[in-house]
Amino acid sequence: MSLVFLIFLPLIAALFIPLLFKKLGRIHTGWFVLIVPVILFIYYLTLLPTTLEGGTLVSELSWIPSIDLAIVAYIDGLSLLFSLLISGIGALVVLYSIFYLDKKREQLHNFYVYLLMFMTAMLGVVQSDHLISLYLFWELTSISSFLLIGYWYTRDRSRFGALKSMMITVFGGLMMLGGFVLLSIMGNTYSIRELIAQAPELAGHDFFVWALVLILLGAFTKSAQFPFYIWLPDAMEAPTPVSAYLHSATMVKAGLYLVARFTPIFAVSGTWIWLVTGVGLFTLFWGSFFALKQKDLKGILAFSTVSQLGLIMSLLGASAMGFHVENAAETVFKYAGFAAIFHLVNHAVFKGSLFMIAGIVDHETGTRDIRKLGGLMSLMPVSFTIAMIGSFSMAGIPLFGGFLSKEMFLTAMLAITEFDLFSMDVWGLLFPVVAWIASVFTFIYSFYFVFHTFAGKHKPEELPKQAHEAPIGMLISPAILAVLVVAIFFVPNFVGKWIVNPAVAAIQPFLYDSPSDVHVHVAAWHGAITPELAMTIGIFLIGGLMFWTLRKWQRSYDAFPDKVSLNRLYDHFMYMSDGGANRFSAVYMTGFIRSYLVYMFGFFFLIVLSTLFLNEAFAFDLTDLAPIGFYEIVIALALVGGTITILAAKSRLTAIIALGAVGYSVALFFVIFRAPDLALTQLVIETISVALFLLAFYHLPKSSKKEERIGFKVGNGLIALGVGATMTLVALSAHSQKILPSISEYYKETVYSEAGGGNIVNVILVDYRGFDTLFEITVLGIAGIAIITMIKLRLTKKEGQHENK
Amino acid sequence: MRTNDVMLKTATKVVTFIILMFAVHIFFAGHYTPGGGFVGGLLTASAIVLLMLAYDIETVKKIIPVNYVMLTAIGLLIALSTAAASIFFNVPFFTHAYDYFDLPLFGKTSLHSAALFDLGVYLVVVGVTMTIIQTIGEDE
Repeated sequence: MSLVFLIFLPLIAALFIPLLFKKLGRIHTGWFVLIVPVILFIYYLTLLPTTLEGGTLVSELSWIPSIDLAIVAYIDGLSLLFSLLISGIGALVVLYSIFYLDKKREQLHNFYVYLLMFMTAMLGVVQSDHLISLYLFWELTSISSFLLIGYWYTRDRSRFGALKSMMITVFGGLMMLGGFVLLSIMGNTYSIRELIAQAPELAGHDFFVWALVLILLGAFTKSAQFPFYIWLPDAMEAPTPVSAYLHSATMVKAGLYLVARFTPIFAVSGTWIWLVTGVGLFTLFWGSFFALKQKDLKGILAFSTVSQLGLIMSLLGASAMGFHVENAAETVFKYAGFAAIFHLVNHAVFKGSLFMIAGIVDHETGTRDIRKLGGLMSLMPVSFTIAMIGSFSMAGIPLFGGFLSKEMFLTAMLAITEFDLFSMDVWGLLFPVVAWIASVFTFIYSFYFVFHTFAGKHKPEELPKQAHEAPIGMLISPAILAVLVVAIFFVPNFVGKWIVNPAVAAIQPFLYDSPSDVHVHVAAWHGAITPELAMTIGIFLIGGLMFWTLRKWQRSYDAFPDKVSLNRLYDHFMYMSDGGANRFSAVYMTGFIRSYLVYMFGFFFLIVLSTLFLNEAFAFDLTDLAPIGFYEIVIALALVGGTITILAAKSRLTAIIALGAVGYSVALFFVIFRAPDLALTQLVIETISVALFLLAFYHLPKSSKKEERIGFKVGNGLIALGVGATMTLVALSAHSQKILPSISEYYKETVYSEAGGGNIVNVILVDYRGFDTLFEITVLGIAGIAIITMIKLRLTKKEGQHENK
Repeated sequence: MRTNDVMLKTATKVVTFIILMFAVHIFFAGHYTPGGGFVGGLLTASAIVLLMLAYDIETVKKIIPVNYVMLTAIGLLIALSTAAASIFFNVPFFTHAYDYFDLPLFGKTSLHSAALFDLGVYLVVVGVTMTIIQTIGEDE
């Protein structure tokens, strides 16, 4: 079966969902949907032996061959790991949603169409080998996630959260596209495999750092890293199955996937290591610190997701260090890549189950507010057990998978202190310290989540519903995940060998030739007190102590004002970009034609004049000037006099007369410059237009007939002077450098022989260039019709009379 | 109140014809001496305007019962078909033809298809000018 087809299988299935919902409404639509991820999961499981051997599978669907665009499904260890997560947790989430969403009250067809769309998008992201199709699927995840967050679209918070996540992830997506384009220019190919193959040459390229930063922006926004994590807590307005699936196990890991996939290309760069490790670690600390401030169950989980994603991100950054160390496979640096993937799997498993438990608590008690909850242990024992397993794994307590990955995380962070490149030797000590503090907070909020919900005093009077255990169907999925959490602890090396090693080999091809070369043995007990074990014990002691006294110091979180949070910054930015753009437009879009004319003339004067002088086009040549006659001087004086009169006239009537004088002087100029046709036309037209001006003057309203000089404005005066000077200079320059002789000689020679006429002007008008005349008379005709329409058709005036009152 | 302008009306009767004659002259002379359809049209229109000033718009409408919008359309049509006629002779659009003919009464005369085009221009100019003036003049 073609791998590319499998990517699109959920999308194809989605086509039938509305039909099934309408026709077979009695059966919950989710049951039909469930088939799809189950098939995919089983199929991807059969590929495991291939990747274990280091083998890869490629399948290509040509899309636009002329520009080398194709959808290439490429399966190696890393893509297979993600594909298994997507289809496996997808199946569990669909099963869970069957019991979570009511088939009568909910619009299930919408929900499952979006969910299947998302599944296709996610599979496409992790399997694409082609940069552009990767981007295509990437944006599809943003869009389907937007639709899913806004699923209950009648709620304000849902729409706000959906929009926020859309804005941030699409911003990152577009940046990433920029990075992809740069990469494809650098490597002259769209294929990631081929880019990885030529990674050493790419590093020296000018675009390298740009591509790096842009792609990281995409990864950070999608994976909710600092400071882009702010969309994730707001995305908790989505239905809980969506939160469990998208916002803990799959979509937020798309950014991690991207970082892991591009590690072989960018690992050579110190910028990459610093950015990925630093931002990841800071996000880890930030998320774990603020998780304790949350009062909402899903809020705590959202911040914990942010924090855990930061942890994995920092490990991925550290895995790139292996590139810079001699014989890295023999040193402790080998742990970073392995730990990243191992924790990624762990996190997907336990966080999925925790979200489902939060959904169950919400579903069965009617609230997610942790202050109202408590004492549910005896009422919901199964949920409590599952929640405890998940939380303890998150806290890194032995007997659960999280312990192992936490150990390896601390090992990797300790290893950074030995790394002496890129000034890590100075700051390196900071990494294990921050990691340790963040782990303490992780420990506290994990306990906070589970014990403040299930332990303590039961407060039935504050709960909207009578609390009771969830139906069995709802518990199946989290139970399976909880079993996996425990299973991973007991058989870590089985998981390591089959799933993690092939993925590690894909991330660090510079270390390992094949997955079997990855010699990382995971053990719960190393046989001695290692530094990381000591740190873990420290976490338990300090964390336990701080959790014990949590009630005393949790209030100090109120000291962090809401006003200076990143959310406020985002809101303010959105408000500014919306309102600010409005205000900016309002500043220059005054609505006065006067202002627009000022802009136009101002820019005309600036652009033309600067072009004239910057290109050194100005020239002044007096050689072939004609002598100036007496009459020309007299008429020019009359013309200037008329013009000044227009400007200085008090009465509009004077201005009109002066305008007529200017027009007649121009006609006189035509006479002495021997243009009789022009003179004739100018005389008649000037007469008509003066008559029309007088007509307009006669009909002016009384109030505007006041005699008033035009006020003098310095700005207007300057612009008028500038435009006049510009045109004069342009005309002088144009006159001074005539390059080609005029074509008028041809007209003179052929006016009788070819055109059978004597008046060159008229022959040009009707014969040589009659085309212009044809459309000029058309213009006249249009003007005539327009005047008729304006005067005769006064529909608006009749209807609009009452509006004026 | 309108006074009885005997002198104006009498003078108009004479002058209008002189202007019209001049307009026709200038129109036909256009190909060899200054003039042409545009100025000819404007002069014709001015003759009619003079009539309108001496009498009034309603009277002039009775004297010259012409729909000026229609006149504009006819002018445009003539101009366009003159230009388009050339394509039937397998020559480019807007190719003019001229030759000498022996006409009864006129003798040897040069006839040029450009004159037809100019006629179109003439009619459009008369039509548009009169449309504008008449429309504005009738406006309340």
